[in-house]
Amino acid sequence: MSAYLMSASSCCYQLHKRFSRWLSGLAWMALGAMAPVCAQSVTPAVNTLQPNTMAARVAACTACHGEQGKAGADGYYPRLAGKPAEYLYHQLLNFRDGLRQYRPMAHLLTGLPDNYLREIATYFADQHVPYPSPARAAVSADMLEHGRVLAMEGDAARGLPACVACHGATLGGLSPAIPGLLGLPRDYIGAQIGAWINGLRRAAPPDCMADVANKLTPEDIGALSAWLSSRPIVTPYEPAPAGAFTLPVECGSQMQH
Amino acid sequence: MKRIVKYGLSILVALGVLSAATLYWMGTRDDDALAATGQPLEAADTAALVAQGRYLARLGNCMGCHTAPGGQAYAGGTPIPTPFGTLYGPNITPDAQAGIGNWSADDFWRALHNGKSKDGRLLYPAFPYTEYTRVSRADADALFAYLRTVEPSRQPSRAHELEFPYDQRGLLAFWRALYFEPGVMEPDAAQSPQWNRGRYLVEGLGHCAACHTPRNSLGATQYDSGLAGGMILGLDWYAPPLTNGPVDGLGKWSAQDIAMLLRTGIAKHSTANGPMAEVVLSSSRYLREDDALAMGEYLKSLPTTPSDAVDSDGIRQPSNAVMDRGGKLYTQHCAQCHQDDGQGRGELAWPALADNATVIAHSPVNTIRLVLHGAFAPATPANPRPHGMPPFGQVLDDSDIASLVSYIRHSWGNRASAVTAFDVKRVRDASTGN
Repeated sequence: MSAYLMSASSCCYQLHKRFSRWLSGLAWMALGAMAPVCAQSVTPAVNTLQPNTMAARVAACTACHGEQGKAGADGYYPRLAGKPAEYLYHQLLNFRDGLRQYRPMAHLLTGLPDNYLREIATYFADQHVPYPSPARAAVSADMLEHGRVLAMEGDAARGLPACVACHGATLGGLSPAIPGLLGLPRDYIGAQIGAWINGLRRAAPPDCMADVANKLTPEDIGALSAWLSSRPIVTPYEPAPAGAFTLPVECGSQMQH
Repeated sequence: MKRIVKYGLSILVALGVLSAATLYWMGTRDDDALAATGQPLEAADTAALVAQGRYLARLGNCMGCHTAPGGQAYAGGTPIPTPFGTLYGPNITPDAQAGIGNWSADDFWRALHNGKSKDGRLLYPAFPYTEYTRVSRADADALFAYLRTVEPSRQPSRAHELEFPYDQRGLLAFWRALYFEPGVMEPDAAQSPQWNRGRYLVEGLGHCAACHTPRNSLGATQYDSGLAGGMILGLDWYAPPLTNGPVDGLGKWSAQDIAMLLRTGIAKHSTANGPMAEVVLSSSRYLREDDALAMGEYLKSLPTTPSDAVDSDGIRQPSNAVMDRGGKLYTQHCAQCHQDDGQGRGELAWPALADNATVIAHSPVNTIRLVLHGAFAPATPANPRPHGMPPFGQVLDDSDIASLVSYIRHSWGNRASAVTAFDVKRVRDASTGN
C-alpha cells in the first residue's frame, strides 16, 4: 500500500510543481493540451467488489475517479458522482468518438455501445456521496473577486454570460446536460476551459461553451478556476430540473440525445 | 576489347531494362478470371444480395478502415499507421464524386481482385487485396450491391501521408510483382465443405494474415511462415500465432473455443484485447455460428510451425526478489478481481490469469499494455455490459509493472519469460505518445 501511495503522491507532487512553474494564466491553456496522468491513491477495500454489479463493471473508471466517482484524491480527476446523467453520457460519447480528446478515456471506451455508456452515466449520476470541503486557492483576494464577478455577473461589455446564467444560481447545473461547477479541482477546471479553446474539448453544435471559452483571457481562466474550486458546497447540491430557467444562449448539448 | 566492354554493358543495360519491364508488367497485369458479372437480378434477389453483402462487409471488417470513429459509415478518413507513413481509408459510399458512386461491379471486382482503382491506379496493399483477391466474384458482387445502399457521403477521401519513396505509387508495380498474385481460391476436394469454407473466410475476407502473419521490411506478409504470429506493424500489439502450438498457439483450443472467441470476445482462458477486440466488435461477432465454426475447423487443421516449439530452456526465469515484489503488488492491486489463485471469478467478469493465452504469450507486450492502460472486454450480444480492467500505468512505475507482469507470467503453472523495466518502458513509450 505504501508503494502505491508514494507513487501516486509523487505524481501529484510533480503535477503541482508543474503548476507553480507556470504562474501565467497561459498555463491553463497549455493544460488543456496536456494529458495529466495521476490516479487517486485510495485503493478500494479488499473484497468489496462483487462480480456482475455496476460497481465491479466500472472499476476501470473508479480507479481514477474514485470510489462511486466521488473524485480522485490527486487534484485532477473530476468527480462524477451526482452530475447530470445526460451530461456524463455526452462526455462518454464525446470521448469515445473523439469530440473530446483525451487518450486514456478514448482507449477505454472504444467500442462500448451507446446504451451501456448511458447505463454507466446513470450509475454515476445516481451516486450521492458527500462533498469534501474545498481548499481555498492560494491566490490574491483580487483574483478571487474577479472570478466571483465573472461567475455571478458575467461581463456584458465582452458578451460574456455569467456562469450562473447556464449552470444555475447554485452552480449545481441544469438537467439534462449542464454540469455543476463546484467540487471540482482547480487544475481540472482550468484545463477544461483551455481544452475548449484548443478544440480538444467540443460539444454538440451550437457549442455555447466553446464560444464562452474563446472570450476568456488567461487571467479570467485563472480567476474563475480559483474561485469556483474554492466555493463551499451547500447541500442539497444538485442540478436544477430541466426547463427551470431559460438559457441566455443556445446550447447543442441540451438538445443532444 | 573496347567493343566487347561496350557490347557487354549494352547487354547488361538491356537485361536490366528487360527485367524491370518484366517486373513492372507482372506487377500491373490483370487477372481476368471470373471478370464477367452475373445476369441482372430480380428485385427479391437484389434484397437477398444486399443482405449477403452486408454480412460479408462485416466479415471483411470494411468499416475498420473505411469508417472513422464517430464518423459516417464507409465515408473513410480512418488513419492507418504503418512504418511507411499514414494511410487513410477512402470514402466508399455511393457518392459519385467523393465515393465510388460511379464505379461498376466490374470496377469493384478489379479493386478487390487485382488491387487496382477504377482509373487503373495501383492500390496500396494496406487495403488487403493480397487476401481479398481470393474472394469469389459472387461475393464481390454482393458486397458491391450492399455498398450501393449505404448513405452517400460527400466527404472527400483524405490523401495518404507517406514518406518518400513509398509515396511513389508507380513503384507498387515492383512490390506487387514480388508479393502479390491475384487468383481465386479453388476448393480442396480432399477436405470437407466446412474446412473449405473456413479456409475461404480465414484467407480471404477475414484477412487474418494481415496481423497474424509476420511481415518483411517492405510490409509484405510472409506466407511461407503460415499464420505464425508476430508484432503488428505500426500498432505495437502482438498477434499470437494461429497455428497449433501448445503454449502460444491454438493447440489447446477446440474449434468451438475459436468460434466462441470470434463471436463473443471471450473464450476459455482468453479475452480478445487490443486490435482483436476491435475485430470482434466490428466484424467477427456478426459471424454466423456455422461460419465461425468453419474458421475454427480450418485453423485447427494448420500444422504447427518451428516457432511453436516449446523451448523451456529459453524461458527467462524471474528472480526471487522480482517474484516477491510482483506477488505483493498482485495481492494489492489484482487479487480482488483475479483472485489469489489466479483463477478469476464470474464467467464473464474477471478472467483467470492462470493458463491465460495473453498472459503466457511469447510476447509480453499485450499484457503490459493491459496493465498500463486497462481495457473493457469487447461488448457483444453474449457480453453486452463488459467489466472494465482499470489502468495502472498512472500508479505503477515501469519496474513495478515489470515485477507484476513477471509474477503473473510465472505463477499458478504459467511458465513464460520474465519482463524487464525496459520492456515496460518501451511499451509505455510506444503506446502513450499523442
